[in-house]
Amino acid sequence: MTKGLSKINLTALTFGFAFLYLPIVLLVIYSFNASRLVTVWGGFSTKWYVELWNNQQLIDAALRSVQVGLVSATVATVLGTMAAIVLVRLGRFPGRTLFSGMIYAPLVMPDIITGLSMLLLFVAMDLSRGMFTLMLAHITFSMCYVAIVVQSRLLTFDRSLEEAALDLGCPPAKTFFVVTLPIILPAVISGWMLAFSLSIDDAVISQFATGPGASTLPIEIFSAVRRGVSPQMNAVCTILIAIVTSGVIIASIATKRAEVARMREERAAMAGR
Amino acid sequence: MTDTVASKPEGTSPWGRRLVVAVPYLWLLVLFLTPFLIVLKISFSNKVVAQPPYEPQLDLAGGWQAIKDFFAGLTLDNYYAIFDYTENIEAYFSSLKIAATATILMLLIAYPMAYAMARAPKTIRPTLVMAVILPFWTSLLIRVYAWIGILDREGLLNASLQWLGIIDEPLEILHTEIAVYIGMVYSYLPFMVLPLYASLEKLDETLLEAAADLGCPPWKSFWQVTVPLSLPGVIAGCFLVFIPAVGEFVIPELLGGSGTYMIGQALYAEFFPNLNWPGACAIAVLLLLVLVVPIAIYQNVQTKEIEGRA
Repeated sequence: MTKGLSKINLTALTFGFAFLYLPIVLLVIYSFNASRLVTVWGGFSTKWYVELWNNQQLIDAALRSVQVGLVSATVATVLGTMAAIVLVRLGRFPGRTLFSGMIYAPLVMPDIITGLSMLLLFVAMDLSRGMFTLMLAHITFSMCYVAIVVQSRLLTFDRSLEEAALDLGCPPAKTFFVVTLPIILPAVISGWMLAFSLSIDDAVISQFATGPGASTLPIEIFSAVRRGVSPQMNAVCTILIAIVTSGVIIASIATKRAEVARMREERAAMAGR
Repeated sequence: MTDTVASKPEGTSPWGRRLVVAVPYLWLLVLFLTPFLIVLKISFSNKVVAQPPYEPQLDLAGGWQAIKDFFAGLTLDNYYAIFDYTENIEAYFSSLKIAATATILMLLIAYPMAYAMARAPKTIRPTLVMAVILPFWTSLLIRVYAWIGILDREGLLNASLQWLGIIDEPLEILHTEIAVYIGMVYSYLPFMVLPLYASLEKLDETLLEAAADLGCPPWKSFWQVTVPLSLPGVIAGCFLVFIPAVGEFVIPELLGGSGTYMIGQALYAEFFPNLNWPGACAIAVLLLLVLVVPIAIYQNVQTKEIEGRA
């Protein structure tokens, strides 16, 4: 429709987005509150951020989270991309139903069950719980999200380019890296980002998968939040929100630019013919 | 050459193909399926004070006799125990009730939003979609935490209502059912909006024009054309939020109170403080049994969607 939005539609959007954003905005504002009380505005202050800087336990947990996030997002992206190719390209093979089941099930599986089952596996395998088991757990649940993201890109993929490469004698593996991967790269990158953010946000599964002395930032936040609201937690949350938001916005602008550039190239190539 | 490509649709050598299947397949078998089988096994074991805190242990080295002993040692006691302990049974029912109510609330809030997004000018639609997804990228924990500061007895909501003179006494919202509903709706709303938007955006507007030309009033064409055509999105959205909401742990733990004890919390309580691993596993198995029907429907919808597009 070109005539813009009716009043009802506009109201629905305004209220919807206010509901989605207001709590986060308030949280951010009150992280700069000089007063310890949540409802009393005591003037602008950055003292809670200074306090954070001196909280070694929290900083260690944050560094651990980043490490686990980087490793598990990278491995999950490789495995998830492979899984997406299996789902879209390999057609029927024995055990396909089980495979796609195992890809979709983690998306709706309650965290608490995933966490419990992971912990019991690690106990059964006699693995001592820590960073390594955390990574194994995070890779497993986030690779399924990567698979779904990459899969939806592969479904709208123009096969003729790949076929042309293969017809010209390019080996399949090389075709994948030279032709397919560059085209699906934006989806692979957003898959990686999704995996990273899932890993760095997860509190419940991590609580089961980790051991003593290897707590992550969400685990620390969770135990602090159970004790109630504190300005210091507001500050931690604000930093995380800032990182995630700017990451997502930069990535989406970059993908859009890349897409525009690619379309221009394609058009130029067509004109050249 | 074209023929070889056609006969092997993905154009990979058999070995490469096997490798691409085998690596993610084995990973999921070992780290996703096996853990569930272990949960199932432990749910039939006995609680003991030992490390690990359950028996019997399966000792394959002991041969056939050991396997027989193992199966003889299994028990259904943990399942009986769930039914004996009313708090756990009530937790199942309240989980289903809370998840169902939250799903309906979400549908009511998300539908007008998704509808307005689908009717917005084409140029701003991607921005609107992005604006719906963006809060989802921040941690669930943070989004739930944001509400504690608002709903608390001394929180921002009570403070502003009192300041406006609407109420004299602060409202008790935190640690009640209402707080859990707010938390659920807030945390899962994007998962409801996006499938709805996807189905409403595809809607062929000439159908609505045809209805209008034939004298159908707008509200009637909404109920008879728009709503039925958006049903796939409604179904996908509802299952996508209902299933994880039943097993939700963080939201009732932080926003709920004694009246909103959910099954995820019961599982956690059995496992960590009570160290009753078999009991926790039995709760998990029963929770999965409750969810298996909705999960099957959801998977069916997903597979059809993928196959329809491929």
